[in-house]
Amino acid sequence: MSAHEMGGTHAPSDAAHGSAAHPHGDGAGPVFQGALRTELDDVLARYPTKMAALLPALWIVQRERGWVSEEAMAEVAQLLDLTPAYVKGVVTFYTMYHQHPVGRYFIQVCTTSPCAACGAEDVVAALLRHTGCGELGATSPDGNYTVIEVECLGACGFTTPVMINDDFVESVTPERVPAILKELR
Amino acid sequence: MGYPHAPHSRETPVLSAAFGDASARSLNAWRKHGGYQALEQALGMTPAAIVDVVKESGLRGRGGAGFPTGVKWSFMKPGDGKPHYLLCNADESEPGTFKDREIMRWTPHALLEGCAIGAYAIGAERCYIYIRGEFTEPLRVMSDALREAYDAGILGANAMGSGKRIDIYLHRGAGAYICGEETALMNSLEGRRGNPRIKPPFPAVSGAFGMPTTINNVETLAAVPHILTRGAAWYKAMSLSNPKSTGTKLFSVCGNVRRPGNYEVVLGFPFKEFLYDVVGGPPPGRSFKAVIPGGSSVPIQTMEEAEATLMDYEGFVAQGSMLGSGGVIVFDDSQDLVRLIARLARFYAHESCAQCTQCREGTAWVTKILERMVAGGGTTEDLDTLLEISENMTGKTICVLSDSCAAPVVSGIMKFRAEFEAKIPASRSMVAVHG
Repeated sequence: MSAHEMGGTHAPSDAAHGSAAHPHGDGAGPVFQGALRTELDDVLARYPTKMAALLPALWIVQRERGWVSEEAMAEVAQLLDLTPAYVKGVVTFYTMYHQHPVGRYFIQVCTTSPCAACGAEDVVAALLRHTGCGELGATSPDGNYTVIEVECLGACGFTTPVMINDDFVESVTPERVPAILKELR
Repeated sequence: MGYPHAPHSRETPVLSAAFGDASARSLNAWRKHGGYQALEQALGMTPAAIVDVVKESGLRGRGGAGFPTGVKWSFMKPGDGKPHYLLCNADESEPGTFKDREIMRWTPHALLEGCAIGAYAIGAERCYIYIRGEFTEPLRVMSDALREAYDAGILGANAMGSGKRIDIYLHRGAGAYICGEETALMNSLEGRRGNPRIKPPFPAVSGAFGMPTTINNVETLAAVPHILTRGAAWYKAMSLSNPKSTGTKLFSVCGNVRRPGNYEVVLGFPFKEFLYDVVGGPPPGRSFKAVIPGGSSVPIQTMEEAEATLMDYEGFVAQGSMLGSGGVIVFDDSQDLVRLIARLARFYAHESCAQCTQCREGTAWVTKILERMVAGGGTTEDLDTLLEISENMTGKTICVLSDSCAAPVVSGIMKFRAEFEAKIPASRSMVAVHG
């Protein structure tokens, strides 16, 4: 063993959180107004505590704005009687909340061992090539695509599963990639 | 049915009988399958009587731990004046496992019915089904079914006209394998980071929101309606080997096999026949090399072990592994096991909640060593180092994620040592490094 291997960062790769600078807000003002405020009230009624509405509230933010800005975190914190720091702590724990804007099509490819045994790396390479993203976690110059590797999508019998925004595409092969991307446009 | 394939004659479809049949998703069609007869029956029984039936059936947890379900339910004390909660663990994220996804996609009402019966049996007015964030389609299907069940008066303040309140809510996760650990799931439900909690207190004493809670896997709860309508004796009779393992079990099969998919067999089924006949054997021109039979957290089996296994809780243990979640990952002779185990280690490093030092540091360290070995930079010290780190990762942390990372690494080195040694270039032997 070499000394530099001891300890170190706990997550060897987390391409979802790119290094690009991102703005403090999404520029669209408060999220929870009108119908969305009512939706949040309905969510709150399902739980015995306000805090339990946090994950659902963050999902609403991401559905409406495409990502969760620090401004939105502060808004959610105020609505649920939490601190912005607490909310950020929760947001950063979960992989699915985007902390910066991503491409119009957010593409997650499973590469955990069962998929790795069935050619998932080739699917990643094909997606990077055909989307123009170039590298994992980067958004294509046209703003359309972001491709990341994801840990086990729970569809291991349908290798390689790829999640595009909210939809699963199963049994993806490198050959199918161009047609799948064409269908999105 | 061996979804997505035609059923195999050796399967016993109970939970999977309607897999692949989208029409069975609607409430009306599900009623034709006998849907909600079990709930109606249950609401006419005392909660204690339901718990007794489930105990008698021998049903054990299908999420991995195999704890007797009726016994777990009996830990909930009726009339303690506190709110009770039932949680359904639908955070299916164990690599190799994709059975709960199919239950939710094809038979959403079966799960809702099981949840309603379970909630009533443990004195819970509320049940939360925690569905992993990536399962958008199962969430949609379950949402539609839930709406139908409320509209039909099956759920709500007066469930099926019984005067009893049963509410079920769907709660979406946000991407974290660790939230499948029961206490991490509770923290996540409460709006916290998904860190597992120290036990005791156990959930039946202090679980979700600090209240008495029972948590069951999707497949466990989906089996309950069948047990009530057909009887505990019917369920108990389905056992091909050890009488402590009863009923049918869904096995998800993936990796290098001819027909990957979900298969339902009676517990105790011969694993050899399962691998070579039911799922079609290895891909053309290949032979099997190794199997991880119960999701990625259980020890890897040699083919000799696998072929001698009877598929139940005791049978897998007798052959060097565990039943776990029933996620069967098969690797053929073209595969580099060190690469695949390194990839599993990376999974655990990514998914560690980082609370415990042994896990946070150990999963990352093991991953770095294995990835260096795969890249051709192995040294003779590596195997001993890996075993030593793994020893320090086993039985020393709040939850078993750390142990789960060690399992494939240790079993891989013990059972397939030659493959690991082949990653150590001769020039990097001890003599060359220290000479």
